[in-house]
Amino acid sequence: MDETIINGINTVWVLLGAFLVIFMQAGFGMLEAGFIRAKNSSNLIMKNFIDFCFASMVFFLVGYAFMFGNGNSIIGFSGFLLLDAPNQSGIPLYAFVLFQAAFAGAAATIVAGAVAERMKFKVYLIYSVILSAFIYPVVGHWIWGGGWLSQIGFTDFAGSTVVHTVGGSSALIAAYLLGPRIGKFNKDGSPNILAGHNIPMAALGTFILWFGWFGFNAGSTLAVGDGELISLIALNTCLAAAIGGITSMLAVWGRWGKPDLSMTMNGILGGLVAITAPCAFVSPGAAIIIGALAGIFVVYGVVWVEKFCVDDPVGAVAVHGVNGIWGTLAVGIFGQKALGLAQEGLIFGGGFTQLGIQLFGVLAVVSFCIISMGIVFKIIKSTVGLRVDKMEELKGLDIGEHGIDSYSDFQLFLTK
Amino acid sequence: MKLIIAYIQPEKLTDVKQELYAQEVYKLSVTNALGCGQQKGFHKFYRGVEEEVTLLKKVRIEIAVNDNFVDRTINAIVKGAQTGTIGDGKIFVLPLEKCIRIRTGENGNDAIG
Repeated sequence: MDETIINGINTVWVLLGAFLVIFMQAGFGMLEAGFIRAKNSSNLIMKNFIDFCFASMVFFLVGYAFMFGNGNSIIGFSGFLLLDAPNQSGIPLYAFVLFQAAFAGAAATIVAGAVAERMKFKVYLIYSVILSAFIYPVVGHWIWGGGWLSQIGFTDFAGSTVVHTVGGSSALIAAYLLGPRIGKFNKDGSPNILAGHNIPMAALGTFILWFGWFGFNAGSTLAVGDGELISLIALNTCLAAAIGGITSMLAVWGRWGKPDLSMTMNGILGGLVAITAPCAFVSPGAAIIIGALAGIFVVYGVVWVEKFCVDDPVGAVAVHGVNGIWGTLAVGIFGQKALGLAQEGLIFGGGFTQLGIQLFGVLAVVSFCIISMGIVFKIIKSTVGLRVDKMEELKGLDIGEHGIDSYSDFQLFLTK
Repeated sequence: MKLIIAYIQPEKLTDVKQELYAQEVYKLSVTNALGCGQQKGFHKFYRGVEEEVTLLKKVRIEIAVNDNFVDRTINAIVKGAQTGTIGDGKIFVLPLEKCIRIRTGENGNDAIG
């Protein structure tokens, strides 16, 4: 077929993926705002909008250069403002940049939920610029930009590590340094419920994320090919999400007696996060196993995070951190050479080689994020301060930070 | 018997409840209320336009107590709700003629306790 038409189809495919990933911002916004109290929901949506605005800008200015520029194995250093930017994607530069910028925005916005209801808006702005301009592109360079992790054979197809582990581990260190919301933990360390104010809205967000995830994963092929691979990826993505919802529902049901909707939605997202790295290298059967375990990891991850008195209002650490790691490891367990992985995974007789590389790589990324974001937040803490004051937190950040009610005309009842 | 009515800042409700519990006052009714006192409302900005808000959100607490509980109830509310800034609220104490518990038909002091 005519080369131009093939290129055109591939470009349309990647652009469609980019549009879907951008739409995931709406999913994150609805999910996270629904999972927190009404008095802080405008603040959360504001963070959601503005981190994507910043991610788009800084990824264009410097992020792409750090991530895909020519440089060393640690960081790229050419193509600032896309001037003479290298492009090995096989599709037009601008389409590739848009797709990647959407990913940077997703990584940044994951943290919004974990720090919700108490972080100063100003601090969030500083954080989100640093993450999308530097932290995310550096990790991306290591794995997708020809850096040292890709050189040792580390494989992350669509971003369990690059996007979700980066977001999840940054969320963990941020929530830890920020401290829990007032009233979240009792003196003995046992957690209280600070219930989300709009679960149907969170459910809409979850569906939007599920829908957008097809662009996230299947778009990452950067080419349509004969259609085989993108079909496999789309099916794997759907199966992992579906079974993640089922197993998390069962786990919650079995442990606490009721099939909890909010945890089921987290399970669906956990399945999606986990299948992101291995989606191109595993069979649908393996995708079901990966998603099934992800749904269970989410439930226990949420409980585990609270054991350390870390307050993560939307479960971002369990969904993106824990399952980002699990998805990355799953490549080394269920991956197949026949589907394009460098070595067979553990259960196909490849031994521990790939799994070992995956484990090493994901631990390196977790350490990098926790240390670098830890330093960033420590500096902010001792200069600007991380948290709003107590009265503002009690009144809600909507009025305190933005002077606006999310639900004007509705009377909010502040009991917690 | 007295009926104690207090208007407090909504965000101080948890603190007030904790102080009341510490004083063994467990029974209370809480409703949302709007009102204004000395400060005559406040100004807020919405999309760059200044708006005068004359009625502020408050929480109204009602507690019916026997006479020997009046002081400690008042003290607990003050302790929990006081910030020292304008708008902390007010407490009213009213005589209470009758009190009947619907479930048992009990009357007076027994019904309150």
